[in-house]
Amino acid sequence: MSQFNFVSDLQNALIMDGETRGPAPRWKKKLEASLNGSANTTRSVLSVSYNTSFSGVQAPTKTPGKSSEGKSKKSTTTPTKTPGGGDRFIPNRAATNFELAHFLVTKDAGDKSDEENDKATTSNSNQANVQASAHKGERQKLISEVAQVGENTGGGRILCYQNKAPAAPETHNNPLKVVYSIKTPISTKSGSRYIPTTSERILDAPDFINDYYLNLMDWSGDNIVAVALGSCVYLWNASSGNIEQLTEFEEGDYAGSLSWIQEGQILAIGNSTGAVELWDCSKVKRLRVMDGHSARVGSLAWNSFLVSSGSRDGTIIHHDVRSREHKISSLAGHTQEVCGLKWSTDFKYLASGGNDNLVNVWALASSGVGTASEPLHKFNEHQAAVRALAWCPWQPSTLASGGGTADRCIKFWNVNNGSLMKSVDSKSQVCSLLFSRHYKELISAHGFANNQLTIWKYPTMVKQADLTGHTSRVLQMAMSPDGSTVISAGADETLRLWNCFAPDPLASKKAAATANSKAKNSVFRQSIR
Amino acid sequence: MSTAQATKNCITLKGSAQIIVEYLKYGINSILFQRGIYPAEDFDNTQHYGLTILMSKDPKITTFLQNVLSQTEEWLSKNMINKISMVITNAHTKEVLECWDFKMQAELGDGDTSDPSKLTSTKELSRIQNEIRDVMRQISATVSYLPLLDCICTFDVMIHTLQNTELPAKWDETGAIVIQNAQAVQLRSFSTGLHKVDTVVNYKMST
Repeated sequence: MSQFNFVSDLQNALIMDGETRGPAPRWKKKLEASLNGSANTTRSVLSVSYNTSFSGVQAPTKTPGKSSEGKSKKSTTTPTKTPGGGDRFIPNRAATNFELAHFLVTKDAGDKSDEENDKATTSNSNQANVQASAHKGERQKLISEVAQVGENTGGGRILCYQNKAPAAPETHNNPLKVVYSIKTPISTKSGSRYIPTTSERILDAPDFINDYYLNLMDWSGDNIVAVALGSCVYLWNASSGNIEQLTEFEEGDYAGSLSWIQEGQILAIGNSTGAVELWDCSKVKRLRVMDGHSARVGSLAWNSFLVSSGSRDGTIIHHDVRSREHKISSLAGHTQEVCGLKWSTDFKYLASGGNDNLVNVWALASSGVGTASEPLHKFNEHQAAVRALAWCPWQPSTLASGGGTADRCIKFWNVNNGSLMKSVDSKSQVCSLLFSRHYKELISAHGFANNQLTIWKYPTMVKQADLTGHTSRVLQMAMSPDGSTVISAGADETLRLWNCFAPDPLASKKAAATANSKAKNSVFRQSIR
Repeated sequence: MSTAQATKNCITLKGSAQIIVEYLKYGINSILFQRGIYPAEDFDNTQHYGLTILMSKDPKITTFLQNVLSQTEEWLSKNMINKISMVITNAHTKEVLECWDFKMQAELGDGDTSDPSKLTSTKELSRIQNEIRDVMRQISATVSYLPLLDCICTFDVMIHTLQNTELPAKWDETGAIVIQNAQAVQLRSFSTGLHKVDTVVNYKMST
């Protein structure tokens, strides 16, 4: 399983010298004890070996990505009362009876020291620990059942119906295999043009927060990419290659979402306290702060002077950035975090996707500002969180939505009549969708197992190419203003540029002119990183 | 609200049992689909609780569930059930891979509590449905951490009842099941006012 790869990698990192015979030295025993006990020690080791200033606050990873493995061993939360956020839970040791264990252990100290020696000498000792404690749990369970010490064997009967349900047919292959297996991507169909399957350029993005629900990158109309790394926001000028830091948040705060206004220059930043900040990036000056949410703002969408913000509290607020009273209306259509938010290309509809597996489509208000307070359509067909939303540029009433790990489907909706047009299983969690106007194609970004970007022909949904390169799940995608390049941010802390929608250079003189300017830019693009 | 409005919605023990049995039906079907125990073609989309739930089309499965759940409803309305377990076993090796426990706890409700067989609850149906919906979503989300069931599996439903329960026709008594290397995850619980249902999934951890 992928989470154990992480643990064994960590093990390898911790083994500083060769194997020593005999029992492990005391420091090693202590290290392993703390590895199991708390995640904090592991984090500090990580920061030393990767040489990054790992800010103490890491946004809590909601989906079980690799980093959650260390955390999950640490705490048990009361799952029935998760305030306002998600239902990603942590296994609790309900299978082990701790009081009984303590009693047995203090009674039988010899047994325990045996196990500790076992722990120390096996190289895969972390797994042995888990197994050891699970075996202990098993033994206690059996002991309690025999000795009638346990709580639930107060003499009940266990009954079952005689005529059992049938077994699955022998030829049945569990469809979930696709979620677990690493299979080589299918050979790309030779489409009508050459699509380079490797990234054109790779940029380093240390501290990129590995959170499925945040939207931490955007590409402006004047060719600047804004990206949030840790608690800072950086601007990368794609034409010149220049990088500058826009802002740094205080300890504990971070940007939850970034979105450029249509014309460029003004950037909206939704932060972790629930406010939306407006920054003028040409002057590096903050223009205003608009609050209104009670939890972090994970998604933003612009509609000329209106910016809509979606938050972890499940509400969407429309802010008019021109007026002093910026809050126009608040929409309550989701019960969990709003992670996807997109205005349609003709700005008549607003689509919102949440962690509650719903996609809501809101119609523009009759006044022309904001939206109606009740959603026009509520789509609940997705079986997982919907973060990827994209409107078709040449068919303004078509919405594409992509689901998370448990769903993996890309669904197409007609918002005029609220029907599902098409559903395609993409076999991997979908984090982002973009339409390409030039080629009438759709590009989708995925996670486990291949971490690829897939290009599909629309509307036939025939797979055109798989762009591989990311070594960890892709979290975000953005398209360049000329529509030729896609930038993707991955949990592997890299930003990769893919020149997948390059316009045909033989098409027209105009295209030839842009090709010339591209040649000029290539001087800056000679080196990777 | 005008005075001509009817009395507030009141749930009795029987009604509460009905709500829970309906939840079990959709929940078990959802688990069968999500865990991939039966082929996906055997399932059909239905809308309930504001969600899209996939229900099995196989007549054998539906009759089995119907029989089990109707008896369950009867026992539940008399508060004779402690727990309902849905057990998933490897069809060939008979090893138990997963066990979904639906623990039942009787509550007093908020009506007249003098007669234990006539308890009522005034909890709104929509609130109960919202809570059920949250649990159903959690069940769908379990695929992200539960181990793959790579073999042909069967499922069975076991009811843990009180000691003095009469054994009806076509029912057997069985022993408790034990999962090797068990991990347990507690999902959200919901309550109808008269019954509190906890859902726990116990699974064999694959290493």
